[in-house]
Amino acid sequence: MSIGIKDLPEENLFTAGHTACAGCGAAIVVRNIMKVLGENTVIYTPANCLLVFGATYPHIAWKVPYHHVAFENTAACATGMKRALNTLGKEDTTVVGFAGDGGTADIGMQALSAAAERNEDIIYVMYDNEAYMNTGIQRSGSTPYGAWTTTTPAGKVIKGKELFKKDVAQIILAHNVPYVATASVGYPQDMLKKVEKAKNMKGFRFLQIYSSCPTGWRHPTDITVEIANKAVESGMWTLFEAVDGRMEITHRPKERIPVQDYLKLQGRFRHMSEEQIRILQNWVDKKWDRDSRLEKALKMLDESTD
Amino acid sequence: MKRVVTGNYAAAFAAMRARVNVVAAFPITPQTFIVEHISEFVNDGIMDCEFIRVESEHSAMSATVSASATGARAFTATASQGLALMHEILFTASGMRLPIVMPVVNRTLAAPIGIWAEMNDVMPERDAGWILAFVEDNQEVHDMVLQAYRIAEDNRVLLPMMVNLDAFILSHTVEPVDLMEPEDADRFLPSYKPEHAYLDPERPMGVGIFTPPEYIQEERYQTHAAMEGSKQVIKEVNDEFAKMFGRDYGGLVEEYRMDDAEVALLTLGTVTSTAREVVDNLRAEGKKVGLVKVRFLRPYPTDEIRSVASRVKAIGIYDRAISYGVGGPAYIEARSALYGHTDIPISNYLAGIGGRDVMLSDIEFMFNDLLKNAESGKVRKELVWINTRGVEQ
Repeated sequence: MSIGIKDLPEENLFTAGHTACAGCGAAIVVRNIMKVLGENTVIYTPANCLLVFGATYPHIAWKVPYHHVAFENTAACATGMKRALNTLGKEDTTVVGFAGDGGTADIGMQALSAAAERNEDIIYVMYDNEAYMNTGIQRSGSTPYGAWTTTTPAGKVIKGKELFKKDVAQIILAHNVPYVATASVGYPQDMLKKVEKAKNMKGFRFLQIYSSCPTGWRHPTDITVEIANKAVESGMWTLFEAVDGRMEITHRPKERIPVQDYLKLQGRFRHMSEEQIRILQNWVDKKWDRDSRLEKALKMLDESTD
Repeated sequence: MKRVVTGNYAAAFAAMRARVNVVAAFPITPQTFIVEHISEFVNDGIMDCEFIRVESEHSAMSATVSASATGARAFTATASQGLALMHEILFTASGMRLPIVMPVVNRTLAAPIGIWAEMNDVMPERDAGWILAFVEDNQEVHDMVLQAYRIAEDNRVLLPMMVNLDAFILSHTVEPVDLMEPEDADRFLPSYKPEHAYLDPERPMGVGIFTPPEYIQEERYQTHAAMEGSKQVIKEVNDEFAKMFGRDYGGLVEEYRMDDAEVALLTLGTVTSTAREVVDNLRAEGKKVGLVKVRFLRPYPTDEIRSVASRVKAIGIYDRAISYGVGGPAYIEARSALYGHTDIPISNYLAGIGGRDVMLSDIEFMFNDLLKNAESGKVRKELVWINTRGVEQ
């Protein structure tokens, strides 16, 4: 029996009083999944918005032990914490790293890949807001094609990012770890179910969670969830999970909406030409086709080889 | 139990005897054997620890810091490029006041790339907030790793500590070492019980949180005060160790034949052994020379070095590294400590850089140069490049 929203405890382990922007997807993600993870959890965050808005001395929103060291080492630090807890008779404590897309797809990839290869007994949550928001909206490997950021400005010659989004979840899936999932702030039930599943497993678990950023994406603060829904309904974001490598898409849009319906809600895409939108639509179609084929190939992996 | 072992074996063995909880390490020449020996101890079931075989030194230091911040006794080891890759996280270890112990096998930091003894890897880390010890032989490697945990974990200190040993000259060279029995090690070094900051779900706290200007300056002062305070602890631990095991290293410095010396040479690391022989030879010729083995660069033995200067007519400092445009780092440190406290000539001798052998004749030259400075009361040459092609020494 999996957890429902109504089953969640009233108490917040990531409390009110944090200083995130209104409509921050990351804050909603963290507050809700902490309710599933519970008190016997130790948290690491690298340098990111969550570091700053979750705790600035002498204030702290975390009701569980909280740790930060640097930007590129979430998986290494979480490993150190978990291994230390093992030697101190606290093997049942859950260790979670909350890193953004910059700290994961880019600067943190080396430590992440190594921890996945070692199958460290930790949960790694990549909250993906598709740019370096904490330093002021610079592009990351996870920024989508066409998006404006302060390092991919809408210039007179070049308008927005010319390259495509890196598929981090598939990279981690290739490490053969026990659990990989994508989730979204727009699908809380799906997200909480996945977090609960991850919590009850051992070994390396990875969640990539779509987390809208009104400040960096240039959208009104009250449509965070609506944008997250449209990301999934357009195919820009695929919701899936993979237990022991068996990939399953957990929400399949009945009919995918045009990517333009997703783009037009956000100022970061405002400058895009019809040609750019066509290129992005083509990318989405191919991505969706690939994800569907991957699901077919990986869903029925032979269990007898386990 | 006396055995003939390398410096790297002595370091790994001492880590085992220290019953470290967590080791996170990455192999690099010439530290490699430390990681390999620990792997053997773990796989043979004689070392009970969590051993994290990380993918880089950056992750080694990160995992070590976080293990220590969680309340475990943590250990790692590195050299040269590896230490440079750790640089960023070294400051976290001291800022969080974590008693991590790390042998550093001092090796050339590129370019030019080389694998032999040079101290230009550790010298840039003098401001990282780590206690920096320098050892002379393999017995001292073994003993200082154990002493390091006593010093670092002392509530008056709570700072990380590097034990620096010269590449190959110690790391790969065998010497007889008295390896400690487990019960003796346990008697000297009880298990680690963190009392202040650590990550425990039963006592939640933030370790490493974002801090505005209102608070950081006080943290810096406290860390500085702890480093100053470690001088007393280093001496106490040295004395206790000497009482228990009969090996007295003298604390922050060791003086050799300094009683009536007219000149003193300050050394770091293995050159000390060569210099002892030269002192004996020159003493036999009636020359009043003495030797001061500088065992710590952080905290700096300011009082001890001032005392030495007050008793001699000239002082020289040996360096196995150069701070371009100034001089050797050990020289810079000594000169700074002596400013306003002495008028005697102070000179710097650069030798053995890149792992070049430092010969008896090289050190003889240094002492004879110092005797000339003592006689004239003037510095003949401030920076003396020993045995360097194209440079007059």
